[in-house]
Amino acid sequence: MSTAPPIAKKLNHIELEILSYRGGKSTLCAGCGHNAITERITEAFWELGVEPWSVMKFSGIGCSAKTPAYFMSASHGLNAVHGRAPTVATGAILANTTLPAIVVTGDGDTASIGLGHYMHMLRRNVPLVYVIENNGVYGLTKGQFSATADVGSKLKTGVINDTQPIDCCLAGIEMGATFVARSFSGDKRQLSSILKAAISHRGLAVIDVISPCVTFNDHEGSTHSYQYMKDHDEPVHEVDFIPSFVDIDVEFDEGSTHEVEMHDGSRIRLKKLDRDYDPTDALKAITAIHESKASQEVLTGILYLDQDSPTLVDKLNVVPEPLATLPQDRVRPSRETLAHIMDEFR
Amino acid sequence: MPTDQVVPVASAPSSAQFDPLRSAVNDFSIQVATVNGSGSQTANSVLMRSIFQMGVPVSGKNLFPSNIAGLPTWFTIRVSGDGYVGRRRDSEFFVAMNPESAHDDVMNLRPGAAIVYDEPLKLNALRDDLHFYPVPFDKLVGPVCPEAKLRKLVRNMIYDGVVAWLLRIDFDEVHKALFKQFGARKAKAAEMNWNAVLAGRDYAEKTFTKSDSFRVERMNKTAGKIIIDGNAASALGCLFAGVTVLTWYPITPSSSLAESLIAYLAKHRIDKETGKATYAVVQAEDELAAIGMVIGASWAGARAMTCTSGPGISLMAEWVGYAYYTEIPAVIFDVQRVGPSTGLPTRTMQGDMLKNALLSHGDVRHPVLFPSSPEECFTMAQQAFDLAEFFQTPVFVNTDLDLGMNNWMADPFPYPEEPIRRGKVLSEEELDRLGRFARYKDVDGDGVGYRTLPGTKHHAGSYFTRGSGHNENAQYSEKPEDYMHNMDRLAHKFDVMRREVPACEEQARPGAEVGILCCGTTRYAAEECRDQLEREHGLRAGYLRVRAFPFGADVNDFIDRHTRVYVIDQNHDGQLFSLLKLDVTNERAAKMRSIRYYSGLPVDAQSLRDEIVKQEEL
Repeated sequence: MSTAPPIAKKLNHIELEILSYRGGKSTLCAGCGHNAITERITEAFWELGVEPWSVMKFSGIGCSAKTPAYFMSASHGLNAVHGRAPTVATGAILANTTLPAIVVTGDGDTASIGLGHYMHMLRRNVPLVYVIENNGVYGLTKGQFSATADVGSKLKTGVINDTQPIDCCLAGIEMGATFVARSFSGDKRQLSSILKAAISHRGLAVIDVISPCVTFNDHEGSTHSYQYMKDHDEPVHEVDFIPSFVDIDVEFDEGSTHEVEMHDGSRIRLKKLDRDYDPTDALKAITAIHESKASQEVLTGILYLDQDSPTLVDKLNVVPEPLATLPQDRVRPSRETLAHIMDEFR
Repeated sequence: MPTDQVVPVASAPSSAQFDPLRSAVNDFSIQVATVNGSGSQTANSVLMRSIFQMGVPVSGKNLFPSNIAGLPTWFTIRVSGDGYVGRRRDSEFFVAMNPESAHDDVMNLRPGAAIVYDEPLKLNALRDDLHFYPVPFDKLVGPVCPEAKLRKLVRNMIYDGVVAWLLRIDFDEVHKALFKQFGARKAKAAEMNWNAVLAGRDYAEKTFTKSDSFRVERMNKTAGKIIIDGNAASALGCLFAGVTVLTWYPITPSSSLAESLIAYLAKHRIDKETGKATYAVVQAEDELAAIGMVIGASWAGARAMTCTSGPGISLMAEWVGYAYYTEIPAVIFDVQRVGPSTGLPTRTMQGDMLKNALLSHGDVRHPVLFPSSPEECFTMAQQAFDLAEFFQTPVFVNTDLDLGMNNWMADPFPYPEEPIRRGKVLSEEELDRLGRFARYKDVDGDGVGYRTLPGTKHHAGSYFTRGSGHNENAQYSEKPEDYMHNMDRLAHKFDVMRREVPACEEQARPGAEVGILCCGTTRYAAEECRDQLEREHGLRAGYLRVRAFPFGADVNDFIDRHTRVYVIDQNHDGQLFSLLKLDVTNERAAKMRSIRYYSGLPVDAQSLRDEIVKQEEL
């Protein structure tokens, strides 16, 4: 009887196999774009060697909100109320600034019921990764338009949307997100690189991922379908991500590739495609997004990057240790302090 | 049902004959009518503090409109040698500085009252049964305040001088109170204001022959006491409770709680070595965000709180149900005001009693604490955090505008001797020992499961928090038995709280048939009413003040020992009464009668007495 040699398990640089980053079984529809995003998130954390127990996962309500249960069961997760994941994530970060946080939301969460919270999270530059699984439709309530549905796009029932969509990336750039990207759940390579860059970013990283709903919004006339994205996806550059622990120095052509070094030492390489796109210029990014809409293109890639603006945590100037577990002697002032305060009221 | 009948309690001036002799010394109310925004607060505080420094119990109530400047405002100082600090229905000593309200103010005074007023108003033409003291404020202010734009403010200090002379308040105490009020950094302003006080005093001394008999006589009843507003007291309670996260949205009358706390944190919670904060404060975009952040922070292990008022609570409803069901601590201060909607945002009400106890959808119940004094704001703030973290649930602290925004005499706050109770949080070592844990399993029989915090470095340390149905292992479940098991445990946990929340305060009258039951700031009028009933009507009444929901066994005992129990609410719908009816047996409920006061002003003893006298047919 011959025994096959054991296949060496592939480990990341903290010696964990990808199994340690997996979550529960997805209950979403087969072919749902969200499942692909879940895969990419799982891989990204694994490839970067982020300790899975350290991550905080958040979601709102909707199909997207279920997905944090489908990746990294080793992490603490919180499936919040509709639209309000940004608030609960902000609070958790206040309690513990040492842990990485990821929020997975949908277009209903972000662009409708929670738009106010989204805007204020943007202007605070809360340090977390914010993924919008954007399918232009309410899936769990069976197929109503969301606020990201394009004018002229058609529901399965034939209803045509006549209301202006909200562009979460434009809002992100305008309101203060410091990393704004758009991608497509079907573009494995691009989404993977963007996610890894987003996890390595020290401020708020917003990723609007077009993620087709196979059940309610994948038909002809939809602008959030697989076919539409195949025809209209317009990457502004090719994104490569090199983590800080990878010590390779591959030559690249500085004429056609722009390299950005991140705070943690990792690098983003943006290879020029048809256009010369500068993600550090907010005004140009906004113009490019508007122009692409007029020509029915969906610009994808890292649309905006600002590594210098202070985050919410920087501005709060809190101690580096988690506030959550500060011992009593650091949070309860002394007997003498109380006596002194009482004297002021005498 | 007669018990559900609305019993309006009148707040018009009483027709009872005024007895000037009884009220003359250390037993009267001073009321100052000014225009909102005219800076009278300093003058009123100095006056109040001067009397306090003479050892005479006082309370100050600012009855102000929802307005930044221009509408009428009244400040009432109650002087009570007997130590009663609740609102009085009438004031005997009036200062009329507001031409808009002066006519009505004069007409509402009881015969024999004294009135200091701006001479050009010619109020003495309106009645002949008052003691009139006209003062030409504009003429007097010029010489003491050369700068025209400051005159509006300094003018108020002149009435302090006049009133202090008329009431025989010691001017050394006025001087001390005034310079304390301004502080060392504003010595020049203090000097100018002191000159205004002296100008008022000199004018009064030169011009008036005192014809009324109201006066303050030195006592020794305020030694060691402090004067503080409830919101500052709550803020201090949170500071000493070790709060680490405050997220809030401005709303009257709770904003000053957050602002006081922010000031205390900035002063007392900065790491000396690094200059970094051991707390985080975020002014949120709305109350939904404020409570969302509290829940996120508490979930991750912080001692987190927010403060708001009725309209903010309404917005928090969905989140609070979430926190109840997912079992996440939260401390919510509700400085109650008059609603619904904007209602009377600067007036007081026990308006959110039922709402907070039952806030959200589905089967929910929340502990609510009812502080009645600055001391209790301080101690209950700490209890609220300990309860929230131990029971892993939202805890409300229901104060009200009267307590929160008015100045109260108080005993200095006791330093917390008990260590902070952080509740059942498993460490990595404990997980090693246990091997695994089930988030929602009742291990100890008190209904409270063990939790872990994000960042726990252990293979069995994580769990998933969801508002949807879940089993003991925090896994998604729609199984009927899982849902019922969970709800039964939550109900058990709530029952266990009955023994852990602050107990009632009882002042027993053995053998009394009648009991008076109240909560929060109603105590001042209720206690005074009880004394009046005994003194003037020979009716002895027991007294019970509930200090928290869920109610303990002491409430049942109290009802059992009395034949009739008057439950006093400061709201129209009898919310405390209803909450009690939900909790007690039908037999006990049948003994309860409801008294409801809902004018927007703090309830007064006389209104309560009149109502009990009527119902008791005395």
